[in-house]
Amino acid sequence: MRTLLYTEAIREALDLAMAADQRVYVMGLGVPDPKAIFGTTAGLQAKYGPQRVFDMPVAENGMTGVAIGSALAGMRPVMVHQRVDFALLALDQIANSAAKWSFLFAGKQSVPLVIRLLIGRGWGQGPQHSQSLQATFAHFPGLKVVMPTSPYDAKGMLLAAIADPNPVVFLEHRWLHSTFGHVPPEHYHAPLSQALVSRPGSDITLVASSLAHIEALQAANILAQHNISAEVLDLRSIQPLDRETIHASLKKTKRLLVVDHGWKSFGVAGEIIASMSEIAFTDLISAPQRVTAPDHYPATTPAHANLYYPGVAEIVNAALHMFKRTPMSESDMQLTIPLHRDVPDKNFRGPF
Amino acid sequence: MTLISDKLARFTTMLRIRMVEEMIAARYDEQEMRCPVHLSIGQEAIAAGVCAAFTRSDYLFSTHRSHAHYLAKGGDLPGLIAEIYGRNTGCVRGRGGSMHLCDLDVGILATMPIVGSTLPIATGAAFGSKLLGDQRVTVVFFGDGTTEEGVFSESLNFAALQQLPIVFICENNLYSVYSPLEVRQPARDRVALAAAHGITAALGDGDDVEAIFSLTENAVARARNGGGPSFLEFATYRWREHCGPHYDNDIGYRSEAEFLAWQQRDPLARTERELLASGELCAATLSDIKASLQDEIETAFTAAREAPFPDESTLFTDLFVPTELCVQAA
Ligand SMILES: Cc1ncc(C[n+]2csc(CCOP(=O)(O)OP(=O)(O)O)c2C)c(N)n1
Ligand SMILES: [Mg+2]
Repeated sequence: MRTLLYTEAIREALDLAMAADQRVYVMGLGVPDPKAIFGTTAGLQAKYGPQRVFDMPVAENGMTGVAIGSALAGMRPVMVHQRVDFALLALDQIANSAAKWSFLFAGKQSVPLVIRLLIGRGWGQGPQHSQSLQATFAHFPGLKVVMPTSPYDAKGMLLAAIADPNPVVFLEHRWLHSTFGHVPPEHYHAPLSQALVSRPGSDITLVASSLAHIEALQAANILAQHNISAEVLDLRSIQPLDRETIHASLKKTKRLLVVDHGWKSFGVAGEIIASMSEIAFTDLISAPQRVTAPDHYPATTPAHANLYYPGVAEIVNAALHMFKRTPMSESDMQLTIPLHRDVPDKNFRGPF
Repeated sequence: MTLISDKLARFTTMLRIRMVEEMIAARYDEQEMRCPVHLSIGQEAIAAGVCAAFTRSDYLFSTHRSHAHYLAKGGDLPGLIAEIYGRNTGCVRGRGGSMHLCDLDVGILATMPIVGSTLPIATGAAFGSKLLGDQRVTVVFFGDGTTEEGVFSESLNFAALQQLPIVFICENNLYSVYSPLEVRQPARDRVALAAAHGITAALGDGDDVEAIFSLTENAVARARNGGGPSFLEFATYRWREHCGPHYDNDIGYRSEAEFLAWQQRDPLARTERELLASGELCAATLSDIKASLQDEIETAFTAAREAPFPDESTLFTDLFVPTELCVQAA
């Protein structure tokens, strides 16, 4: 079985997409530079030339419009921003143009655009460089919003996104970039609309995506020591939301805990809980719960990183609470969490 | 100490910036400054020359690369160092780190890392000053990359339309991160672009602190007298990596030869040579200045490292200020 880094999986998807389709091009600040967006675009300019793989002016909104226009004219742009926060400058073009184009023009035109956005938490990047904005994008009908967790899905969903005739916001967590996983070498698609049962269980359903999904899996291991069998769902796609898979799981487990790194209010977790309250109310035997970032901003100081971000311990204890069990101390969980929760692992030496 | 000349003061500002940032670079790998740092080493003359033309009550805005501007405008050194260390004694109590500085006592309203974001905000501060008639002039620093953002044109346009008291300072260090200017902009003349708005605009040598000072002094005088905005671009070079304490000429986006050529032009060494040659500075005074700066800097680092981190109780404060504070007296 071949394993690749998450970043290599992304790179391979871009490579295959460009090889298969002349219309695909990749642009973004730093795309051809020596760091190559953390390696995800390495070697692509040498292979496909500066017409198809290129740097851009520091002009997020304008260049998003350029990408949209070129898509209308027949291209398949893949745009990348090193932080999701920079896409806020382009929210006009993303939300007012790309998201509405097909609707506005009665389905006669669409915008096949992929925007890769990197979530940059850690090392004191502070409130303007580490936001989790999945709910913001998902709020606009007409945008697909995906957050693959595994390298397998990163590759398959990126290929599917590039092939899709609609705008797709593709969110990559920086802390997943250094994870490994099985990635077949061929061209394949992973669905842009389906959640995955990543760990079957019978007592409680944990729904999460991206880095939060890894934390949910770790929490499920600890819950197993308490004889609680957690079923873990890797959401993969935020918009559309796979309500059927979540509902099917709840029929079995009857308990719902959603984990999301976005803010608590008006967020992904809230939407999942609301829709399950609508369609699965009678299946549930306890009030659904959520573990999210607080409705506030992470300060730069490492002292607050430890307190701001929810993690495995918070998930475990939220679940235990739903079973009316006593909470566990974090030290009893024997987690391999670095001293400061502002780095992905203890080998990280900053800055991002 | 005897009263030092203005030229010597500007030199000392440059030297202080250099020494502070070299200390940051030297200690960064200790893993205690846990935030990004964008150093201005090599670009000090612009901060020192420009800020010397402003008063404490004038407003300053800057970017991710702002330590030099903060220090040159008179920002509190211990507050800067403690901020980078994430301590409660930092200038924004650990909230923002290196990229979000502020010192209201000396008119430093904000530095922010979202490229271009402070351009219109600075323009707005100048608009406020104009409406209030408070005689303040605003300075906003930004890089060559920032002139690619839409808000650059939008800000110039409004500043010119309203004849605002603002000085736009573009530090052209040839790169945005690892992207050279030529892949981002055609060979356009940004000075002419500003001038086309009717803004007084000039290109200057970013290594010549005295020339920078006099260009800016004129711009500030014009702004204060209702003569409207100015745009000044200075050619300069960032010596170290875009973000972080190290050198990165080896990674392949620029050549060692290019770096060495710029390093030769070292604005600090050049000013030092000039002052020594003219007799405005002697070796003994220089070593006194260095020693006292070294003391000051070490004290600031020691204080920062000994200072407490922000308390857990401040985790969720300040999202809003209390409503009653917002009610301004008529
Ligand atoms: C809106 C936005 N886009 C991209 C970035 C990433 N970024 C951080 S610093 C920087 C370089 C900007 O170049 P320049 O304005 O020339 O400033 P310099 O770093 O050279 O001082 C970029 C692109 C950002 N912070 N904000
Ligand atoms: Mg620059």
